[in-house]
Amino acid sequence: MHDPPTPATILVVDDDVDFLAQVQVQLEGAGHRVTTAESLAEAEALLASQRPDLAIVDLMMEHTDDGFVLCHKIRQRHPDMPIILVTAVTGETGFEFTAAPADKARPWIQADALLDKPVRFEQLTREIDRLLKG
Amino acid sequence: MTPMDTLRVLVADDEPGMLRAVDRVLSGFAVHLPDVGAAIRLTVDTADTGESALEKVGATHPHILLLDYKLPGISGLDVLDRLPSGQEGEMLTIMMTAYASLETAVTATKRGAYDFLAKPFTPDELKNTVRKAAARLVLAAQARRLAAEKRQVRFQFISVLAHELKAPLAAIEGYLRIIHEQSAGDDPAAYERMIDRSLTRLTGMRKLILDLLDLTRIESGQRERQLAPIDLRAATQAAIDGFAAEARERHIDIALHADQPLSFTADTLELEIVLNNLLSNAIKYNRDGGRVDVTLTRDRDHVAIAVADTGIGLAPDEAARLFNDFVRIKNEKTRHILGSGLGLAIVRKLARLYHGDVRVDSTPDVGSTFTVTLADAPG
Repeated sequence: MHDPPTPATILVVDDDVDFLAQVQVQLEGAGHRVTTAESLAEAEALLASQRPDLAIVDLMMEHTDDGFVLCHKIRQRHPDMPIILVTAVTGETGFEFTAAPADKARPWIQADALLDKPVRFEQLTREIDRLLKG
Repeated sequence: MTPMDTLRVLVADDEPGMLRAVDRVLSGFAVHLPDVGAAIRLTVDTADTGESALEKVGATHPHILLLDYKLPGISGLDVLDRLPSGQEGEMLTIMMTAYASLETAVTATKRGAYDFLAKPFTPDELKNTVRKAAARLVLAAQARRLAAEKRQVRFQFISVLAHELKAPLAAIEGYLRIIHEQSAGDDPAAYERMIDRSLTRLTGMRKLILDLLDLTRIESGQRERQLAPIDLRAATQAAIDGFAAEARERHIDIALHADQPLSFTADTLELEIVLNNLLSNAIKYNRDGGRVDVTLTRDRDHVAIAVADTGIGLAPDEAARLFNDFVRIKNEKTRHILGSGLGLAIVRKLARLYHGDVRVDSTPDVGSTFTVTLADAPG
């Protein structure tokens, strides 16, 4: 076992309620506090009153680019909040992109890490630990 | 118009007079093809040996090659043999020869020539032969384009389908892992919820597969349709009865409005699919305590099935794309409603099979009315 991570408040945004429930169980099991939102609008409302330590955002919700929009809005409000963007898009369409700032060609992608769905929990916690330390 | 607005003709002959004559007749000649809705202009290039003809074929990719049988260097038949074996139907060769024997024609055709022009020929004979080749080329191009579009549509369909099948799998797998590792603490209720959700996602997945099979049966035309007179009122009532439990659970009243039995010639299974999809949606997208009114009407050769709900309704832009494959309207109101995204696409395909259609009239937050019109299937 590795060292227990510093407990953090993590916002998870996805329109798939099962994904939300599963990430919540796993992250709470790892000692974090979790808040969830099922849409861009819900996430925005939540962010108006809370300042989570990190956000996990699904790319395709009501609109295919809701995740990009939300990342952008989080950056405006909380420039230091790490963001992990999760998506099933790359595996299915071959549309590939990477998280900024690595992807200079797409500066509009405002995320610190990008994970493909289905997300491996070990990988997710590793990214969370890395981003919270950084 | 098509990319084939202009067809390039290459004439290979060792007689300068023949080259000039063909050029004069064909240059600027407009081929009208009313059958395929095309008008084609011709441009003419010439070659005086077989070698130079082959060179020009490689360099300029003509659509039609008018090829003399008897050339000074390599013969017309040699040229035929050495033509690049490109894509079927992209270039057609018309052999021209003074030795207008059947044998020559057969030899040339065996080696890939499309048609045959016996020297001497009149300008009209030349034009007719070229027109025939042009029509063939245009049709082949259209067929290729259609096939490519079909492949593209198929590819998109399968991509979306894969996504729709992977999503429930990922959800169920995630729950199983948590259950397996007992990582949700000691409360059995938490695990119960995960099992319930897994079952719900499995139900959705099974519905998708069943819809997919319906769709495949309709589109392939492989299933033998059993057309027979059906009492539409009785069939509709039976379908409504099938949804009674679901409706009761949500306190939704379903009423059938039809004055008398309606005889209608149809395939029972197809009719059931239409009714079940409409009723299922009318309940799913309704509010608790709402109503569903099913109204059947008939004129001389059509029946109309109208299913009106008191549900969430649709915005006009949503209504416009509703009947396409895998379209699900995603918003706050629909987020917790499961669906394959194929139901209404199936309804429309079936309605069109009966020379009918489906339309929707809807007001957001008031309700939607889906109306399917069907013509009697010729029995």
